Amino acid sequence: MKNIKIKINNKFYSAEDGESILSVAKRNKIEIPHLCVHPDFPVKGNCRVCVVEVKGAKRLVPSCATKVADGMEIFTDSARVKKSRNMNLELIFAEHIEKCPTCIWRFECPLLDAVKKYGLKLNRFRDRKGVRKTLKFQNAVEIDGAQCIDCGNCVDACALQQDINYLKFSGKGANQEIVSRQKEGFKCILCGQCALHCPVSAAQEQSEVEKVEKYLKISHTPAFGHPSQEGNRSGSKKSGKILVAQFAPSVRVTIGENFNMPYGKDTTGKMTAALRKLGFDYVFDVNFGADFTTIIEARELLERLKSQKSTLPMFTSCCPGWVNYVELYRPDLIPNLTTSRSPHMHLAGIVKTYWAKKMKVKPEDIVLVSIMPCTAKKYEAKRKEMKIGKNFAIDNVLTTRELSFLFKKNKIDLEKIKPEKTDNPLGDFSGGAALFGGSGGVMESALRTASHFACIGSKSKSCLGKIDYNETRGLAGIKEAVVDIAGKKLSIAVVNGIGNIKPVLANLEKYHYIEVMACPGGCIGGGGQPIPTTDEIRQKRINALYEIDFAKKGFRRSYENKNVLEAVEWLEKKKLNHKVVHTKYKKRDK
Amino acid sequence: MDILSKIKEVNLGGCGGACFPVADKWQTVKNTFAVKKYVVCNSSEGEPDVKKDGYIWGLWPEKVVEGMRVALEFLSERGNAVEGYIFINHEYNNLYGKKIKAIIADKNLPIKIFIKPPSSGYIAGEETTILNIIEGKEAEPRLRPPFPTTSGLWGYPTIVNNVETFYHIAKIEAGTYEDVRFYTISGDCDEPGVYKLGTGKTIALVLRKTGNWPVRPFFVQVGGGASGEVLAMNQLNTPVTGTMSLTVYRADNWQPEELLRHWIGFFMTESCGQCTPCREGTYRLFEIVNSKKIDWKLVKDILDNLSESSFCGLGLAAPIAIRSYIKNVICSSEYDVKFADKNEVQKIFN
Repeated sequence: MKNIKIKINNKFYSAEDGESILSVAKRNKIEIPHLCVHPDFPVKGNCRVCVVEVKGAKRLVPSCATKVADGMEIFTDSARVKKSRNMNLELIFAEHIEKCPTCIWRFECPLLDAVKKYGLKLNRFRDRKGVRKTLKFQNAVEIDGAQCIDCGNCVDACALQQDINYLKFSGKGANQEIVSRQKEGFKCILCGQCALHCPVSAAQEQSEVEKVEKYLKISHTPAFGHPSQEGNRSGSKKSGKILVAQFAPSVRVTIGENFNMPYGKDTTGKMTAALRKLGFDYVFDVNFGADFTTIIEARELLERLKSQKSTLPMFTSCCPGWVNYVELYRPDLIPNLTTSRSPHMHLAGIVKTYWAKKMKVKPEDIVLVSIMPCTAKKYEAKRKEMKIGKNFAIDNVLTTRELSFLFKKNKIDLEKIKPEKTDNPLGDFSGGAALFGGSGGVMESALRTASHFACIGSKSKSCLGKIDYNETRGLAGIKEAVVDIAGKKLSIAVVNGIGNIKPVLANLEKYHYIEVMACPGGCIGGGGQPIPTTDEIRQKRINALYEIDFAKKGFRRSYENKNVLEAVEWLEKKKLNHKVVHTKYKKRDK
Repeated sequence: MDILSKIKEVNLGGCGGACFPVADKWQTVKNTFAVKKYVVCNSSEGEPDVKKDGYIWGLWPEKVVEGMRVALEFLSERGNAVEGYIFINHEYNNLYGKKIKAIIADKNLPIKIFIKPPSSGYIAGEETTILNIIEGKEAEPRLRPPFPTTSGLWGYPTIVNNVETFYHIAKIEAGTYEDVRFYTISGDCDEPGVYKLGTGKTIALVLRKTGNWPVRPFFVQVGGGASGEVLAMNQLNTPVTGTMSLTVYRADNWQPEELLRHWIGFFMTESCGQCTPCREGTYRLFEIVNSKKIDWKLVKDILDNLSESSFCGLGLAAPIAIRSYIKNVICSSEYDVKFADKNEVQKIFN
């Protein structure tokens, strides 16, 4: 790559041959608004909001699709640029029916931002998409045709990135719209990558904010306040419910992005404090659940390896997008999925049985809200199999984006709030649990614990085993390795993004154990995470997880979590395994 | 002399409308290294009032196929495969498809006929859209660069030329090239049709020579009934350009609002929907010209935006007819256009 010199707004900048104007501008903090371009996809250049003037060119050019050339002179804010850019923004705004009051994206909306920044005239065109349909995908994701700006990012996410191909454009010109390809036999796995790549939140999670707000209002009484507040929390009162929040391994390293914090900032303490400030009585850490899941899954893996008759390879099942994929597209592989529930289901089940018992409260008096990086978790939580008695273990799932909306709406500044500790005994976790938030993390955590379990009873003096499984790390699409488990060779694969699944499914006999995360990067790149999410950002988020793990020094293996072991034992003794610990899957058509 | 030099000698420009030098296009495809190369014959002919492709298919189908053969031969070298596609609209396929197929079979050429999907419309005449359609993708244009000459069909270097271009190539190869073009004349005139006349003829001359010069005041759209430029009676001493078509409008037959709706309606219907300026702009223009009080300033802003920032040639072409009609007809003293908004329009568009 040759280094070249270009001029932007009369100042010299150096650039690499082959770079786009937009990328040079971005690097040098020269603002060029843009909507349709996303580093995860090839440049489409259709929104025409990023147009700039290049000296000598007859027309304006889209800066996302135009490569720099030596000596190029570019103007990003000339009268011509302003006129065209504003017109295109106004035209786009008029096809996006504003539903700002209830939109969870209103604090981050690039359109609202542009209106303020560029003084757009919003009265020149009437909204034109009033009669468009909203596509609903189970209880997880929706695409509101009345808000769609036709950029096509959702189609790219679904087709190019995920290879699910559920969405397509139908119709032509101003009549075109996003439709599902259900009738052609395609099925949605609810990964939410369409929402993660939508610049204007036309594709978004089906919000449960309103439902959670209702709970927060009835529950927030001093009687259930945190010890740091007044009162005691002796148990259920007729007047209200006990509000419990739990948050996923990945959310702590992403939510800060919506509050001006650097990428990968660990906000465990701040988020705990902020959730209490919102009105939650108890805040638990799903990392505890991840330790639990690790132990259950590692045991199952070893059992499968021992028996001649069992089905191999074993698949992880933490990712509900992946579970959906198996049930919808490859039900023949259901026996390969571990029967272990996912960490947030585990923790929720423990809260409503073990913890409820300890606290002497009725499970039905607990409202449990799970903060997830994921849209598919909304569906998982409402599966019939996830009921404990009459109640769901989890009452509501909020995505990272929904939670940051709730914080902002309630004027809680995550950056400023003083950190607090999560509640115990369900707050403690090992380093391995922290890894669950990234691709390869479930595998690595399970291997740490499985190698220990396999070693116990052998003649080895020390059964600590290996900790760092570097083979499982990184953002490659498929990661493969042969690892040693107590002297036996175990062939593993980590699939990072469902779009990479096909070659692995074609060679299943090669493997013993496979981790699949539907979203690239794993949960840190989940469909419910802050926007934007790019590979650069995914890497920073995932690095933060490894830092959390590393900082746990002597406590990086799940089986070292005494509180988890106690819960495992208690559930076994109470014969609650099938209700809390394991689950079933079934073939589905949609 | 090889075919490239022969093409250069007669200085052949592409006959699809853009007049890009054929020799340069072919040279680039030839020079780009690839294991496969394609030749695509654009017989979409979606521009209203242009009929020359059909005319040529009707009379000299073997010449067009021969032109493609020459192109395939030119591109085939040891080690790379070549293949051709004729991208033909439904009507022409019905009329001439069998004949063309027989010629291809007779000559045993690696050429396939691809019928333009009726739903793809006007944009399916744009070359990168044709490539997308043949590949089974959305009927919408591609970003350029890369150009089809280096990355065309399935990413392979591709020659895309119009029916008439291949006709001329065959004649050049045979040494019988004539310096002629095919002029389509239509509209409010007595002798509409396709005429074979010398290159570089002026509009006035073509209309007179073919017996199509109207008695009453008129204006002409040159180069297509949608994207062509509108010229007044006193501007017709310039050569016919583009797709070499002339659409005659009798001045007292057409009211400004009606014509504007006609053109804008066409572009709105034909917009593929990909880019904002065209999808939204043509939709809003249509809304505005159908409203009680037309906001001409807004019309101008939207047209300017189409010229400045649309994705492809369709959006770029949309304002041409409207702007030139306003400038050369509505605002011209040559005509006495009865039009309530005349003063306002003159002020805004001047």
